[in-house]
Amino acid sequence: MSDAAITDSEARTPRSAEGEHPGWNVRWIAMGLLPLILLAGVLALIVATDAGLGDRTVPPIETLSVQRVTLPEPDRITVNVVNDGPDEITIAQVLVDDAYWQFTLDGPRTLDRLESTTIDIPYPWVEGEAHAIAIISGTGVVFDAEVPVAIESPETNSATFARFALIGTYVGVIPVALGLLWYPFMRRLSGDAMRFILALTVGLLVFLAVDMFQEAQEVALTAPAAFEGPLLVPIVALLAFLLLMTISSRKSDAPRRGLAVAYQIALGIGLHNLGEGLAIGAAFALGEVALGVFLVIGFTLHNVTEGVGIAAPILRERPALKHFAGLALLAGAPAILGVWIGGFIYSPLWTTIFLAIGIGAIVQVVVEVTRIIMRGATRENQPWLNWTTFSGVTAGIAIMYATALLVAA
Amino acid sequence: MRFGAASAAVAGAAGTLGVLIPESGRAEIDGPHAHPGKTRHQTDMDHEGHSLSMTVGDVGPDAIGIDPMEYLTTFDYGEVSTLPNGQTLREYTIVAVDREIEIAPGVFFPAWTYNGQVPGPTIRCNEGDRLRLHFTNAGSHPHTIHYHGIHSAFMDGVTGIGRGNIEVGESFTYEFDALPFGCHLYHCHAIPLKRHIHKGLYGAFIINPDPEKHGEKARSRHPDYEESKEWQEFVMVMNAFDTTFDGENEVYAINSVAFHYMKHPIRVERDRPVRVYLINITEFDPINSFHLHGNFFNYYDHGTTLEPTLRTVDTIMQCQAQRGILEISFAGFEPGLYMFHAHQSEFPELGWMSAFEVVE
Repeated sequence: MSDAAITDSEARTPRSAEGEHPGWNVRWIAMGLLPLILLAGVLALIVATDAGLGDRTVPPIETLSVQRVTLPEPDRITVNVVNDGPDEITIAQVLVDDAYWQFTLDGPRTLDRLESTTIDIPYPWVEGEAHAIAIISGTGVVFDAEVPVAIESPETNSATFARFALIGTYVGVIPVALGLLWYPFMRRLSGDAMRFILALTVGLLVFLAVDMFQEAQEVALTAPAAFEGPLLVPIVALLAFLLLMTISSRKSDAPRRGLAVAYQIALGIGLHNLGEGLAIGAAFALGEVALGVFLVIGFTLHNVTEGVGIAAPILRERPALKHFAGLALLAGAPAILGVWIGGFIYSPLWTTIFLAIGIGAIVQVVVEVTRIIMRGATRENQPWLNWTTFSGVTAGIAIMYATALLVAA
Repeated sequence: MRFGAASAAVAGAAGTLGVLIPESGRAEIDGPHAHPGKTRHQTDMDHEGHSLSMTVGDVGPDAIGIDPMEYLTTFDYGEVSTLPNGQTLREYTIVAVDREIEIAPGVFFPAWTYNGQVPGPTIRCNEGDRLRLHFTNAGSHPHTIHYHGIHSAFMDGVTGIGRGNIEVGESFTYEFDALPFGCHLYHCHAIPLKRHIHKGLYGAFIINPDPEKHGEKARSRHPDYEESKEWQEFVMVMNAFDTTFDGENEVYAINSVAFHYMKHPIRVERDRPVRVYLINITEFDPINSFHLHGNFFNYYDHGTTLEPTLRTVDTIMQCQAQRGILEISFAGFEPGLYMFHAHQSEFPELGWMSAFEVVE
């Protein structure tokens, strides 16, 4: 029956396009609604009969996802949790380091699906040491949260804001701007060397995309399971990619202005740096930046190469100076925003989404830069993938890998 | 970027910033007293002034099938009659039923119980009585009752031995003489054993010594004698619950409810002696212990002697199914709270923490 309906409506479509509107009659609308009405009926039947499964006598499926643990004061721990299971869950008791402990909630004790609450525990944590928190549900299921290294969480005040902005500037804006300073040097390069630099940019970006994908998957696993974080990553990345391709698609075959490509690269890298900022900020919030200075140095070195990538498409043009400032800010400033978000309101779900958008953006830029390389090769009647481009890509990946080692310490 | 990459500890630079939690023994409990042990956050968190290291809230009176306060002093002497040979006959009815119990405020455990309560009813009798224990299994698995006492192999209440398992819907009467006198226990001995015990099938089994056989010293432990009247007796079963069924306990207690006798201290008159029938049925942990604050006691291992097996101690330990009698005197003591708890510090923090409130 449904097959027939589909065939029928498909058959009508061309006629509609010709200006005829045979559909706007009751029968046509009814045919459109029929599957929906039947669906409602089936759903009602399932609800009424429990889908033939009988009354559910099994215990409820309880899951609780820990979103954020903070140590706002010397003897206070707060834990934000969300119920990401299909059933409601009651937070019955809380243990810290295997001891039942007093706590309060900022809402009701029983959480509905996807409802969240913050558990406030007056616990005298010990600086520099680890603490384990366990939350026991009404049916005795235990959910764990941890404080890997206890350090007082950053307070939301202007001083912290400024401190975080400075960190964001160090890891984002400054390295990108320094990388852009290679522009005059790169302008004097020959065609082959240019191709090498562009290929190097592709290599850098490919590394960043893969790195972000892995990162996004890791974060996605800590987001509430109901949101299917690991699935969101490729899906959101694909949509972001398609959206950016749609925006940047042109009717004419006129070569795209290098500056526009540079801005696209800057945007993609900006989203990537937002992700880095989130990671740094979240690490601060979790007290994991015990190696703070070294971590910042690592990210700074890692990100200098990003400036090179941004400068590559505009080597044949002479953009105004303000564009360089704009490119540096677009690529670097999101790191500041990232540190703020990560440090103050870190959410695994939103981090996953930001990272996924960044992946899409970077892949789109890879496509764009590859096109530039291919156009240049076509002009010179050369195969676009030769040893120059290959070694460029390899060098780009190698540089990123080497500088990433600094961060991984 | 790598989350968690920089997780190296800076333990060396650590100072203890935390406010010290007051020695819980000195924290005021429930009473209309001052709150000397309060930390600065306690005011916001807890209006009753409990130690912070405790569960939040309170359980209902029917939490374990019986009010935990009532359980302490409830002894079932059975239905009494006399056999033709003059022996006293005591008959008890015990039914195994599945029931959810509240082992900490808001934390429910799907228990298997004797008569709907965990621990099961305290069976008490006199040395030499004839016991008939009518058992019906109204639960969902085969069960038994295995009494720690002297009986025939047939009456042992173990899977595959004697009468063996009592299947669901079946009944069986265990019958034997109450011997030897002491502080004993009974529990299900169906397989798998760990599961059947830790699900809640156990209880206290007390046999009073016969003063006619054992002399004057037995009188204070026998309710027919005047000397027993001044004693304040309590049954305490050290147990624990594995709510996640992973072989480790989430809740420790005496008489099932975490921290219950800390929130509701056991009131004792200081000039009357205290006797505790203490039984350890804790599953998964090799031993449990009892430590009394501010006082010492005499201990009678298994309760099968009238002379203490340990004198003047403040801590004793018991393996699973080990039990004994503690005799404590607070005579002349300053009134107040005297804590007692397991002295594996892990256990009190998980619920096995209690207090006597000694009053004049």
